[in-house]
Amino acid sequence: MKIIVPMKRVPDPDNVDKVKISSDGKRVSSEGLDWKPNPFDEYAVEAALRLVKDSGTDKTTGEVIVASIGPEEATHQVRWCLAMGADRGILVLGDDHELDASVVARALKKLVEKESPDLVLMGKQAVDGDSNQTAQILAGMLGWPQATFAGRIETPADLSRATVTREVDGGCATVTVKFPAVISVDVRIVTPQAVNNNMIPPDKLNRDGPRYASLTGIMKAKKKPMDRYTLEDLGVDTTQRVKTISFSQPPARSGGVILDTVGELVQRLKEEARVL
Amino acid sequence: MDNILVIAQIFDGQVKKSTNSAVTFASRVGSFIGGSYSIMALGDDLSGQTPHLSRLGAQRVILAEAPGLDQALAERWVPIIEQVVRKGSYKVVVSPSSSTGKDVLPRLAQHLEAGMASDVMDVSYEGDKLNYVRPMYAGNLNSTVQIPTEVEVVTVRQTEFDPFEAVAQESPVEMIEVPPPPEVLERIEFNDFEKSISERPDLPDAQVVVSGGRGLKSGENFKIIEELAELFGGAVGATRAAVDAGFIHNDFQVGQTGKIVAPELYIAVGLSGALQHVAGMKSSKVIVAINKDEEAPIFQVADYGIVADLFKAVPELIEEVKKLM
Repeated sequence: MKIIVPMKRVPDPDNVDKVKISSDGKRVSSEGLDWKPNPFDEYAVEAALRLVKDSGTDKTTGEVIVASIGPEEATHQVRWCLAMGADRGILVLGDDHELDASVVARALKKLVEKESPDLVLMGKQAVDGDSNQTAQILAGMLGWPQATFAGRIETPADLSRATVTREVDGGCATVTVKFPAVISVDVRIVTPQAVNNNMIPPDKLNRDGPRYASLTGIMKAKKKPMDRYTLEDLGVDTTQRVKTISFSQPPARSGGVILDTVGELVQRLKEEARVL
Repeated sequence: MDNILVIAQIFDGQVKKSTNSAVTFASRVGSFIGGSYSIMALGDDLSGQTPHLSRLGAQRVILAEAPGLDQALAERWVPIIEQVVRKGSYKVVVSPSSSTGKDVLPRLAQHLEAGMASDVMDVSYEGDKLNYVRPMYAGNLNSTVQIPTEVEVVTVRQTEFDPFEAVAQESPVEMIEVPPPPEVLERIEFNDFEKSISERPDLPDAQVVVSGGRGLKSGENFKIIEELAELFGGAVGATRAAVDAGFIHNDFQVGQTGKIVAPELYIAVGLSGALQHVAGMKSSKVIVAINKDEEAPIFQVADYGIVADLFKAVPELIEEVKKLM
């Protein structure tokens, strides 16, 4: 089983309120902020590892490839994912401002044609652009089935298909996709037992959150192979389908007042805010 | 001439209010570019929804009925919508940014070789181009985007467009011939749908939302959140931390990647105010925060704050509100 996990680097999600707009309103600067793997993509790496790696015995039933499209510096985030346990990395060089979801999907399609994976497993959205499109566009391009917003994935031991519980409005929808397929993950995919491959005993999968890179993991990651391409090498059509014109700051909320009693709160809600 | 197509959101037999918001968007776009909108719905049997859909001022209501369409599989829906868009030469295709909209429209955009703007909050028209404003970075920035492709695909944020009010005049209703399932459907099977149980209004529709966070300490304790919400006829929300801890179903998560709400009154109980949570509720008209930690960032966005143990303050609030009723 071969899994490609696309991964985007994003400015530290815990400090996104510090992202700045240039004075002409045309660019965004995240100067001074750390770059991290997009959290949803990191969850996808974790899910991929749970699907094909038995951390107890080091037994592996598949290969996990982490692929990023971004600047040279994104090597760090790819290495981070390799340190978590992914087998190898791919970096396709490209600047954020020349990419949109469709260009990224086209680049990923080229990688899929090169690598012939059984599964593309990725985050449901990048927390910088918040578009939530790439997985669906890629699935459409490839003509593959898509299972978006996965909160649970279960596969038979032969890894031929996946039963995916999708977190959707009003509840959970369950679908079964035959590989090759595209699955995008939601946050609950990293809860204990959210991934079950009917092979590795569930108690070994019983962890919460994405794993940390161990020291040996970090050492090993340095020696893991990493392919580099440019968009041109891959023959990717770089025509953007969405053009960003400008950025602006949404109106900020100013903090209000701290009240001493619940009685005062109710009075204010009634008389001042008039919502009661 | 109808050049805008609205994809209706239907759930559990009901046309969702978010459809009316998408119609408001469509009528605004129509006034900019000149033209009108039609509404398309897909399902097993849409006879129950047709009366609602036909009173939304559309040029036409286009129905696609076939067994299995209620499942809303993107693989099944996309070629059907694609055919309608191509035949009708629609220029703008819009749906609410519901989970169905988010799932289906990017795939549709790819089939149409169209660009797509997600979660649009505002639209304007300048020099022959539509400008869409959409949130990025958990709502900390907005970007204005244009779509240079022939067809423009958009999902819209319900809370930013007032729902279109029903009109007396009925739109003509047209049933289309549904093309056979595409080959890819042999590789995906719908198994089941497990509905989350709630007696209360949907989060994005509610006038009052009461949300709980990790401070609630257990699922059992969410009862006081429900009791407070009940008093207002409001909805219950939760933070990602509370959902992850298993206190409440994921369908109740408010935030960047959960539900976006903008009620008249938002009461945040025992939650710190993480950026990704605030992204989902900061457009609320009035925000109240109850938290025992006076340093909690939620107080920076709240209009009124109470620094107190929620297990004392919330029952007190319930009593005080009851007195007013």
